[in-house]
Amino acid sequence: MDQIFVLLQHWLVAFLPLSLQPVASVLLAVVAIVCVFPALFALTTVFERKGLARIQNRIGPNRVGPFGIMQPIADGIKSLTKEDIVPSIANAPVHFLAPVVLVVAVFMGFAVLPMGRNMVLVDMDAGLLFYFAMGASTEVSVFMAGWSSRNKYSLLGAMRAVAQMISYEVVLLLSSVSVVMIAGSLSLTKIVAAQSGYTGIFPHWYIFTPWGLVGFIMYAIAATAETNRSPFDLPEGESELVAGYHTEYSGFKFALFFLGEYLAMFSISGLGTTLFLGGWSAPFSFLTFIPSWIWFFSKLMMSIFVFIWMRGTLPRLRQDQLMNFAWKFVLPLTLLNLMVTALWRFMGEGWARWGVCSAILIAAYILMGRVGMYKEHFGPRRYRYAE
Amino acid sequence: MSPVFYLVSAMTVAGALAAVLLKPLVHCALAVTVAFAGLAFLFLSLDAQFAGFAQILVYIGAVAILIVFAILLTKGSELPRDGVFSRSWLAGVVISAAVFAALGWAILRSAWTLPHEAAVPVVTVHDIGVALVDRYVLPLEIVALLLTAATIGAVIVAMHEKEGAK
Repeated sequence: MDQIFVLLQHWLVAFLPLSLQPVASVLLAVVAIVCVFPALFALTTVFERKGLARIQNRIGPNRVGPFGIMQPIADGIKSLTKEDIVPSIANAPVHFLAPVVLVVAVFMGFAVLPMGRNMVLVDMDAGLLFYFAMGASTEVSVFMAGWSSRNKYSLLGAMRAVAQMISYEVVLLLSSVSVVMIAGSLSLTKIVAAQSGYTGIFPHWYIFTPWGLVGFIMYAIAATAETNRSPFDLPEGESELVAGYHTEYSGFKFALFFLGEYLAMFSISGLGTTLFLGGWSAPFSFLTFIPSWIWFFSKLMMSIFVFIWMRGTLPRLRQDQLMNFAWKFVLPLTLLNLMVTALWRFMGEGWARWGVCSAILIAAYILMGRVGMYKEHFGPRRYRYAE
Repeated sequence: MSPVFYLVSAMTVAGALAAVLLKPLVHCALAVTVAFAGLAFLFLSLDAQFAGFAQILVYIGAVAILIVFAILLTKGSELPRDGVFSRSWLAGVVISAAVFAALGWAILRSAWTLPHEAAVPVVTVHDIGVALVDRYVLPLEIVALLLTAATIGAVIVAMHEKEGAK
């Protein structure tokens, strides 16, 4: 059961002549990725709208199919039949290329994610680096979209998006570096393998170490900002910028942006799962009989659920708060976490390193939080319009 | 010399040419991004994974974005009125030809001195890391120091202007 998809792939490929087999097996895996994740995207949109509705005391989509489950099909047909409007002043080729570049770059990221035992498209030696290289290319497409629309809201949204993505990409990279330091490899399959052992019934996931927990929280913050999700959704804040960089997109190009955003969310959750949550390994040693891909996808959907939950709960940040938070709090703590990871690596086994590393991180967190709050002068606030 | 090599080189050269010949500056920035991507593909086709991905991460993810920001923040996005060639193009041609000749000479010379290895050496990311902190630790530290100095310098320049504005 664990290897069902791998066996299925081998079985299907075996029908072809030997010379075509390598190409066919890669092609089959690509088709699987290209089908599974958009399907997951369709499910997630319903899930998200239903969840948000529940948080906001509404019912949510309930017209199409039982409980509104068929809503994404209706939405898909709608976006396909809508008119594709390109502003006459827009830069047509760049305007057309932007969503394509975005979706292609995001799909490339899935190539290195191990989604189960032996279920990875390309097992690269520098897989993590490949992932981040592809993530960096999405910034260009966001800028292309915003600039080519020749609309001030689009351009402002794109500038905000790019500034935000660059600031938080530093954190994203540095928090992953601590995992690389311990695992000793940039290959994602090796990182998963390094976390696959069990002590008693508990797994050796990196999140269950002091540096791993801090790294994971920093990674989650940076991932939320990187995918432009609430509370970091300033680039597409409806009340300020209409819809940010994709204001001038309609029909299926808009749907592509929407798809790209959700796929980025899936892939970044998948990477977080791989780095900190043990990838496809089971949470307890007695649960290893459940197939590995079920664990990977359930961890992924849990992360998506947290994303939706945060969107329903937290208000949007202001631009200066966003930048201050990134550079004055998250980045220093991540840098400190790197040093703590090195300490952890060289202190050897035993309980001493747990105490020392946790103490350093907790002290730094409290100190930085207190100093930051002290500087802000929070006091009773008076609003002029309320008087 | 496979067809892939020719395709990728054509893309790189076309991107680089477009970057200097196109009129709108943002188009030039996007064209130079294409050239960077072409270089990254060349590295990858030579099995240099680390160099290829670093090229994409640093040049497309950071340098291209930096160029774009510089263009947008300095109001350089208007079309130049009198052509894209500067007045001192002759000196530019001479300098670039000299640089090209020097590089070409160095490469042609080194090809003779290197022993012809039958097998392509397998260089993993691990080896690169070990080499960086072992044999090449001094250049690495010098680069780090230079970058730190540049960063501090940039911050000081920005701060000074702000104080003057007050």
